[in-house]
Amino acid sequence: MSKTLKYSAVAAALGTLHAGPALAAWEMNLRVGVTELSREIHGLHMMVLWICVAIAAAVFGVMIYSIVRFRRSNHPEPATFSHNTKAEIIWTVIPVIILVAMAIPAAETLIKIEDTRNSELTIKVTGYQWKWHYDYIGHGVNFFSALDKVSNAARQPNSGVNPKDVENYLLAVDNPLVVPVDTKVRVLLTAGDVLHAWWVPDFGMKKDAIPGFVNEIWFKADVPGTYRGQCAELCGRDHGFMPVVVEVRSKEDYAAWLAKKQAAAAPAADPAPAAAPAATAANVPANTLTIDGATASVAKAE
Amino acid sequence: MSSVHSVSAATADHAHEDHGAPVGWRRWVFATNHKDIGTLYLLFSLLMFFIGGAMAMIIRAELFQPGLQLVDPGFFNMMTTVHALIMVFGAVMPATVGLANWMLPLQVGAPDMALPRMNNFSFWLLVAAFTLLIMSLFVPGGGPAAGWTLYPPLVIQTGNSLPMAIFAIHLAGASSIMGSINIIVTIMNLRAPGMSLLKMPLFTWTWLITAYLLIAVMPVFAGAVTMVLTDHFFGTTFFSATGGGDPVLYQHVFWFFGHPEVYIMILPAFGIVSEIIPTFSRKPLFGYDAMVFATASIAFLSFIVWAHHMFTTGMPLAGEMFFMLSTMLIAVPTGVKVFNWTATMWRGSLSFEPPMLFSLSFLFLFTIGGLSGLMMSLAPVDFQYHDTYFIVAHFHYVLVPGAVFGIMAGVYYWLPKWTGHMYSMTLAKWHFWLSTIFVNVLFFPQHFLGLAGMPRRIPDYATQFAEFNMISSIGAFGFGLSQLLFAYIIWSCVRGGEKASDKVWDSADPKGLEWTVPSPAPHHTFDVPPVVK
Repeated sequence: MSKTLKYSAVAAALGTLHAGPALAAWEMNLRVGVTELSREIHGLHMMVLWICVAIAAAVFGVMIYSIVRFRRSNHPEPATFSHNTKAEIIWTVIPVIILVAMAIPAAETLIKIEDTRNSELTIKVTGYQWKWHYDYIGHGVNFFSALDKVSNAARQPNSGVNPKDVENYLLAVDNPLVVPVDTKVRVLLTAGDVLHAWWVPDFGMKKDAIPGFVNEIWFKADVPGTYRGQCAELCGRDHGFMPVVVEVRSKEDYAAWLAKKQAAAAPAADPAPAAAPAATAANVPANTLTIDGATASVAKAE
Repeated sequence: MSSVHSVSAATADHAHEDHGAPVGWRRWVFATNHKDIGTLYLLFSLLMFFIGGAMAMIIRAELFQPGLQLVDPGFFNMMTTVHALIMVFGAVMPATVGLANWMLPLQVGAPDMALPRMNNFSFWLLVAAFTLLIMSLFVPGGGPAAGWTLYPPLVIQTGNSLPMAIFAIHLAGASSIMGSINIIVTIMNLRAPGMSLLKMPLFTWTWLITAYLLIAVMPVFAGAVTMVLTDHFFGTTFFSATGGGDPVLYQHVFWFFGHPEVYIMILPAFGIVSEIIPTFSRKPLFGYDAMVFATASIAFLSFIVWAHHMFTTGMPLAGEMFFMLSTMLIAVPTGVKVFNWTATMWRGSLSFEPPMLFSLSFLFLFTIGGLSGLMMSLAPVDFQYHDTYFIVAHFHYVLVPGAVFGIMAGVYYWLPKWTGHMYSMTLAKWHFWLSTIFVNVLFFPQHFLGLAGMPRRIPDYATQFAEFNMISSIGAFGFGLSQLLFAYIIWSCVRGGEKASDKVWDSADPKGLEWTVPSPAPHHTFDVPPVVK
């Protein structure tokens, strides 16, 4: 079990839902993450990494042996051969077998990744220069999420603030996305201006947000906590300053949070008669919404 | 491999000299001699290598520690964009074209390139292209800052520099296409009697294939950027959904060019090390035919794998599967090449002159880049790797200790043939060790940064990435400074030094027609074609 996962588990056990996994320095490998997909992807990554290490060890071993053993001072008379059909067939066939062995589990995971059916909650994520907009489809809750004030002040050129004194420097936002634990969340991605990419490493998934088109991904986090990521597609001057923060909460906490958000949104909406259809939409269970419905709402937003 | 039967009167002064080779500045501006044009290309690419390198130093200086200390984020984006455009189109490609100009006629026994005036035009177009591109950094709105891939819609937000950058690409593309036509015509028509295709040196072979790739894809790139131009200025909406277009269409067209482009940069380097490793192993190249067919297979596959650069754009599952599997296939011919180079060394008699040292470094470090490439061919895992420093580490491993070290190996191999002087082996070995150590200090930690979650193209980063970024920047400064030594070695070799023999590397007895002419190679060679047995 990885360090990250242990930290997360401990954090969950203590009920400190807002404490995320520690972001340690010198981190050098992919995170295991907190979803089934991220763990599978991590497994694939480790598999192919070790295959590559083994191939490199074998090939480099032969190269180093040749360099040492067949150096001119040690081996003055070179051989003259320039073909060996048997060897050539072997080193063509073996890589093919290794590739097939890698392709099968990769294809299985890929199929799982692309299966967005039976989601329990749908959130539309829209990228803007340089913030995210989150819309809980069918729940009447939506808000913007941008770099938090402390990081934003510290990141100004020559601000005089040492980034190391800022908690979660560049990885903190004003309004994080909040989702329930153990829930299949479908994320519909689009953008309002240029390309962006929504990425939370602990969920194992990133995908581009493309203006005028809707992409979808899904995740089902099983450890409560705060998970941080960043925009991963160059989107202009402040591309480095639009983090993604997702809080995974227990289902009860999430329900309470959602109710509070809905209550906060409701009074403002009451006087306007045009808000009535939105209120109706809020009663529709999320999983009955289709992609077409989502597309329509994108079109409306634009 | 071919052996030389007879070379007669190949190098004597000839009647062609009668109308007088131009001297002074005219020799260079009106150059039609393949050797002079080769020199121009090589010097131009060295200049661009330092300009692009200076931009890389700015990038690494800003990333030395978290926080913004030196440059504005907008300027940072210009640096990443123009650094890449200059290194790809101004440094690596012209360097390989320069080597082709110098060496192809010598390797196939031709008196010159087939189309000398077009050769002159292709070089000077390149100068115009990069003057325009560098000028674009100084116009209102600043230089191009959307990344070298110039993805819309972001690229549409570029200021006055957009048309300048696009015309620069058009000019550089026209230059490449003309250069490629010249190379193909030279190889196809001017080979010495007896030199059949499968007797050609590997460098000639890889360039022949590269030239076809260039002709196939440069017009596609020109088309893509022209559509960006009309989207910006003439109200078309090829890449804008508001008018029925699609931003992802650009990416498909771009990478249909862009993936073959990476092989355009690496195949000539494959050719160079395929010349050098047999020479200094004192043993014929293992599996010559397999090497040629592997190169051709890589070239073919390069046309059907482009969308592996776009796994995160939201392709259908079937598309992702296809591009994942086709990409994995590239490992097979690439593996064959690496195994063949290794088998060439096996039971050879190896010596370690600077060209061999750079070729060995190429062999090890290109393999690392190839293996990380294999890792990212797996689409599900690429969803994590994509657009992180893992990718940055990968493509710098295949391009710097890959393509650039291959080019440097070639320069160290043939420099005495060009200048007639040996260079300082001691300094060249210093250059090798410094470059090899620092290139790893520079790029290896970037694998860790990417896996730990650092996106590429960001001017500032979260504090957990601080340590490896600082190491990487130290490597960058060391690597950058070491290259000044390279320039000094070339400069002093041009000015003087121990006289080089015709074979230059006598103890290794190099094969090939270029070693049958004197050092330095006379202005005109092979006026009478040699006969190859």
